[in-house]
Amino acid sequence: MSTVRKATKKSSGLGQLMIPLVALGILVLFNLIRDPSFFSIEMATNNSGNQVLSGNLISIIDSASGLAIIAMGMTLVTAACGGQDISVGAVGAIAGAFFVKIANTDNGITGGSAILGFIVCVLGTIAFMMFNGTLVAVFKIQPMIATLILFSCGRSIAYWINGSATPQLTSPIIDALGKTIPGIPIPTPIFAVILMAILLALVFKFTNLRLYTQSVGINQGAARLNGINPTAIKLLSFVILGVCVAVAAVIGVSRLHQLNHKTLLVDIEMDAILAVAIGGNNLGGGKFRLLGSVLGAYIIQMLTTTLYSMSVAPVNVKAYKAIVIIIIVVAGSPVIKNKISMLITRIKAGKLQASAAKGVE
Amino acid sequence: MQNDAVLTMRGIDKQFPGTKALNKVDFTLRKGEIHALMGENGAGKSTLIKVLTGVHEKDGGSIWVEGVDGEAHIHSPQDAQNIGIATVYQEITLCPNLTVAENMFIGRTQGQRVHWKEYEKRATEILDNLGIPARAKQELSSCSLAVQQMVAIARAVDMNCKVLILDEPTSSLDDKEVEMLFGLMRDLKNRGVGIIFVTHFLEQVYEVSDRITVLRNGELVGEFAIEDLPQVELVAKMMGKDLNDLADLEQVGAKHEATGEVIYEAENLSSSESRAFDFNIHKGEVNGFTGLLGSGRSESVRAIFGADRVTGGKVKVKGQEVKISKPHEAMKAGIGYLPEDRKKDGIIADLSVRENIILAMQVMKGFFHPMSRSQMEAFADEYIKALSIKTASQETPVGSLSGGNQQKVILARWLLTHPDYLILDEPTRGIDVGTKLEIQKLVLKLANEENMSITFISSEIEEMLRTCSRLIVMRDRNIVGELTGDQLTQAQVMKTIAGGEQ
Repeated sequence: MSTVRKATKKSSGLGQLMIPLVALGILVLFNLIRDPSFFSIEMATNNSGNQVLSGNLISIIDSASGLAIIAMGMTLVTAACGGQDISVGAVGAIAGAFFVKIANTDNGITGGSAILGFIVCVLGTIAFMMFNGTLVAVFKIQPMIATLILFSCGRSIAYWINGSATPQLTSPIIDALGKTIPGIPIPTPIFAVILMAILLALVFKFTNLRLYTQSVGINQGAARLNGINPTAIKLLSFVILGVCVAVAAVIGVSRLHQLNHKTLLVDIEMDAILAVAIGGNNLGGGKFRLLGSVLGAYIIQMLTTTLYSMSVAPVNVKAYKAIVIIIIVVAGSPVIKNKISMLITRIKAGKLQASAAKGVE
Repeated sequence: MQNDAVLTMRGIDKQFPGTKALNKVDFTLRKGEIHALMGENGAGKSTLIKVLTGVHEKDGGSIWVEGVDGEAHIHSPQDAQNIGIATVYQEITLCPNLTVAENMFIGRTQGQRVHWKEYEKRATEILDNLGIPARAKQELSSCSLAVQQMVAIARAVDMNCKVLILDEPTSSLDDKEVEMLFGLMRDLKNRGVGIIFVTHFLEQVYEVSDRITVLRNGELVGEFAIEDLPQVELVAKMMGKDLNDLADLEQVGAKHEATGEVIYEAENLSSSESRAFDFNIHKGEVNGFTGLLGSGRSESVRAIFGADRVTGGKVKVKGQEVKISKPHEAMKAGIGYLPEDRKKDGIIADLSVRENIILAMQVMKGFFHPMSRSQMEAFADEYIKALSIKTASQETPVGSLSGGNQQKVILARWLLTHPDYLILDEPTRGIDVGTKLEIQKLVLKLANEENMSITFISSEIEEMLRTCSRLIVMRDRNIVGELTGDQLTQAQVMKTIAGGEQ
């Protein structure tokens, strides 16, 4: 009995992460075969004169930071509401605008103004996300439609907040946020991902967020009859997504040293949804694994970097990306999963029979 | 293969992860017979039917169907339909947002063009023919559950099937509708259709069936002609033991008139779904709401639990006035509620048995006080053992358990919260005799030994008479009588329901 339990635990533990892990493995292998030095990491001096680690691997993990953070929030919204927020890119532009508006004072950017700017940015983003959340949770509008509103007008709002300017930001603080902190050879955005992951892990450990979110996503009616407030849980998922978007926006602004409401986090909503899907999470809500979505984000970034390093023309990158993604998504589809699990049981049964036959002999 | 057989299944095997669902099961259906397929939950009835209808693929064995040369290969519901096997499932599998006619013809239109006008005409004819109170152009969701079920049967009947499978067709029908359905079944039988009838109502089996096949734990117990197998023996065969258990129940069933403290009291309580009513229950009392389907019994208990929007009334718990307008407040007041619709309101299907068991207790502990994993496992283990829930492990998704075991999981969920007052709405619907008895016994034990107050609702009057010391009778959404003591007889209950009291 105990062995049976262990076995099922093990399979359920890896089941969902199987596809993203395999995909990641294949990408790594492919790159190693193509160019054994692809993943080599070395110390280099960057533009600001800091000693930093550089190499494709660092650049992949660094570049995927914003996407990974937003994918975490997107996973929660997906799980609770059974739908996705397509306004994260546009709201990200608003978040960036809030940050720059407050942080960029007449005296330039100071530590104090940056902290205040970040706080305002988080609160402001949460407010906009609550707008989405209210439409979804209270007015029961389908998430894609509800978030279509900010998707359309979010970048205009970002534009108004900063009075039609695209301010350039030059400050060691911005360098530290977007690139590296002097003396630390690892890019700061990577720490941001780790920090957000730890934060969410702590939330999951010390609250019932996971159980409640999954219950609401699977069977809202039953969840309510067990005393859970589905509206509150859905709103909460949007609040958390708001925090994620705010962090990603600050990273994005700092990386480019400027606020451009047109390009900040542009098209990230589709990549975030894709990351959630590649991570094996059900886009219809219910059970979820944050780790899956984070892996999904890194897969997407590694794919892009790989294609660029193969000197694929930027125009063609999206097409090649699409092909790989079709393969990953189809491999993770219920039909293929079923076929594979049937194959595995058949092989196992065959082994059992073989060993039984041996026993008889 | 016998000559008069329309369907022969031999040595059917089916394996699910962790369980052998069917083990070399034989089944024969003859022309023009009604053949009851009996067994407890998890005995393999549903699996056998799903194999036959192509929902699951069999792992071994053979199927022959009249009119098909050689072995029949059924890989999908479409295959089954094509060779004349039609099914009406326990849960209605039609599309609620389509019309009745669309539901009857969807998936079997031929050719490029769809002649809805014609289909509507034909649907109307069939509905009239069978006396089903629905209009062809009516949206299915606007029909009662019973009528929806009958539309599903009408759809199957119209497909000129050789084999008609009725999986728990009567569980949501009232007596008159059941009679109507039986009339229809006999009619089809005379036309040579073989009918497989799956039900938990023993009386119904003996009313219409010609033959019974009994399964237990995925294995064939035997096939019997109806006259060779008295009801008592059937139950014994299904449970794999004799019926001393029933006698046990009579002993446990020392129902006592509860005179203790009033645990819960409602005055003029009303909700968006129920009319105002008064109600109370004493410590250690088992009472029940009875009445026909739709009489308002479920709506009344939902109002007590705050499951629907409460619109008025005064509620006292242990003498203290409290406000209960949502489930969470009811839970805090010590009330538990097992809902009528297990699938829709009860289980969180994708979550594990463990998570489903601890859910209510966890919610009561609060958002910021999650239980440790080992604590959850200990609780889940305790209740899986106490209620003998059949599951491969604690981590099995509850949705993959059989109906009776799902019900036990929800029961465990509420028992774990140690409520003062537990509401059980149809806890025994759609589950097997053995589990039914277990649940009845449990109800009496909780009341007698732990002084729990319980409101018990069941469509089976005998069951309520066996467990309840007070029955509240409802008709047309109003309370029309209250029966205690000597009045608790089937005849008196019927009379009160029918409106002939006094």
